[in-house]
Amino acid sequence: MLDIRDLTAAYGPVTALDGVSFTAPEGKITAVLGANGAGKTSLLRTISGLLRPTRGTAYLADQDLSRVPVERMSRLGLSHVPEGRGVITELTVDENLRLGGMGRADRAKPADLERIYTLFPKLADRRHKTAHVLSGGERQMLVIGRALLATPKVLLLDEPSLGLAPRIVAQIFDLLKSLVESDGLTIVLVEQNARSALSIADFGVVLNLGKLVVHDDAAVLAGDDTLRHAYLGF
Amino acid sequence: MQQFLTTALSGLTQGMIFAAFALALVLIWRSTRIVNFAQAPMAMITVYIALVIIDAGYSYWLGFAAALLSGLLLGAVVERVAVRPVEDKPHINAVILTLGLFIVIHALAAVIFGSRYRSFPAPFGLSGFKVGDMNIALTGFGVFSILAVLAVMLLLVLLFRFTNVGLMMRASAFNQEVARLLGVRVTRMLTQGWALAAMVGSLSGLLIAGGNLVHPSYMDSVVVFGFVAAVLGGLDSPIGAVVGGLILGVSLSFVSGYIGSEVVALAALVILMVVLLVRPGGLFSHAPARRV
Ligand SMILES: Nc1ncnc2c1ncn2[C@@H]1O[C@H](COP(=O)(O)OP(=O)(O)OP(=O)(O)O)[C@@H](O)[C@H]1O
Ligand SMILES: [Mg+2]
Repeated sequence: MLDIRDLTAAYGPVTALDGVSFTAPEGKITAVLGANGAGKTSLLRTISGLLRPTRGTAYLADQDLSRVPVERMSRLGLSHVPEGRGVITELTVDENLRLGGMGRADRAKPADLERIYTLFPKLADRRHKTAHVLSGGERQMLVIGRALLATPKVLLLDEPSLGLAPRIVAQIFDLLKSLVESDGLTIVLVEQNARSALSIADFGVVLNLGKLVVHDDAAVLAGDDTLRHAYLGF
Repeated sequence: MQQFLTTALSGLTQGMIFAAFALALVLIWRSTRIVNFAQAPMAMITVYIALVIIDAGYSYWLGFAAALLSGLLLGAVVERVAVRPVEDKPHINAVILTLGLFIVIHALAAVIFGSRYRSFPAPFGLSGFKVGDMNIALTGFGVFSILAVLAVMLLLVLLFRFTNVGLMMRASAFNQEVARLLGVRVTRMLTQGWALAAMVGSLSGLLIAGGNLVHPSYMDSVVVFGFVAAVLGGLDSPIGAVVGGLILGVSLSFVSGYIGSEVVALAALVILMVVLLVRPGGLFSHAPARRV
């Protein structure tokens, strides 16, 4: 579904991503792991066009994404939830969600919005409050719900567990798993929390200093002691 | 009593005009973090367009509409052609650019329209009316000014609160990157924001011109008051700009009426300093810090 070939990107002289290739198959969760500065965020930013590759390409189905403007990505079926969540705190919960429905090829129906509110009842309670009042977990639910309203085929998530209590993380990861099963969503999940991520992922990719070092089944990665000690820290 | 009422009412009218000008500054500031120093000359040149139309014998309202429309267009063109190339450069570039535009538009106006004073008509009476034996200083044109600014504000509120375009414009102003990721064409929203702002600026230009003399720098003194009003309101808040404009208009009218017109500019500065000392973010700053 999402095919990454030889993707290379840099911030000026700093190479953040160095010849990364892997495929995130349809209807599966692929976890992208690695220490701070490994290039995980840069990978997602390069896929969604916020950062332009100096070499290589990402393909969505058969479409070359390297020249597609960022604001067209969601219409092609690619949604990127950025690191630090990306809630627009000045807008209300409802407005944040409605924005999600604007960047898709067809028109969002009121029923789509209601589906998200049923999925996240806590958001429904605060519908018309500014998103500023939401807790960290609720903000994460808001951005996931907002991304879902764009009806993506591929969802890129950058550290959704950041700063959340383990119980909330488990809740969110369960939800992601069930979305993959119900909607056939393809997810690329960037995480430092390797243990949790591998528990729901089908495949795992490990980055180190911008290079891909391992790509394997999630279960294999979780069971590989040397790898865990060397890159994943658990 | 009569002087009090007269002073308050003329302050209110002035304040509404400051509010419109401040609103134009705020609309641009909140979406692009640029203080548009060229706002006044941009408005001035569209008022000249109205004047040419009116002097050619067409109705005031045709000129009025033409000024607003050309404001819309001029705002879009300025953003696309001049501001866009410096948008991702250091902010000082944009500031210098709008200052440059200030000078260029002035020069252009002087060349095209001449720099002599020309009188601009008003569509309504310019004298106050009588209630009993009291003279009320509110003129027909004053009432029109207040209503026109109120109408524009109402339309802006409706646009921003209740339409998809308005929501996308606000999202672009608050967080460009997130808006783009959600499929919002942010550059288009910025162009539309500049267009709207310039149109509101033109409205304030028309209202100041009505029944007065215009020349290429007739708007320049408003820049100071409009800017003070915008800062009073917190620069980021459209409602703040309106309230800031009204406070400034009424206070300055009282200063001018009871103390003397020489100290008006000084008084504006004092009001600004006091507000900024008490509330450094302006009257309408609110807690949520900008996400980094
Ligand atoms: N805006 C930037 N300018 C310059 N260098 C950057 C920038 N963003 C990231 N880098 C560098 O690129 C490399 C990869 O960073 P990236 O943010 O992709 O890592 P990450 O794996 O997401 O880290 P973390 O887990 O801390 O989020 C790092 O060396 C980082 O210092
Ligand atoms: Mg990161």
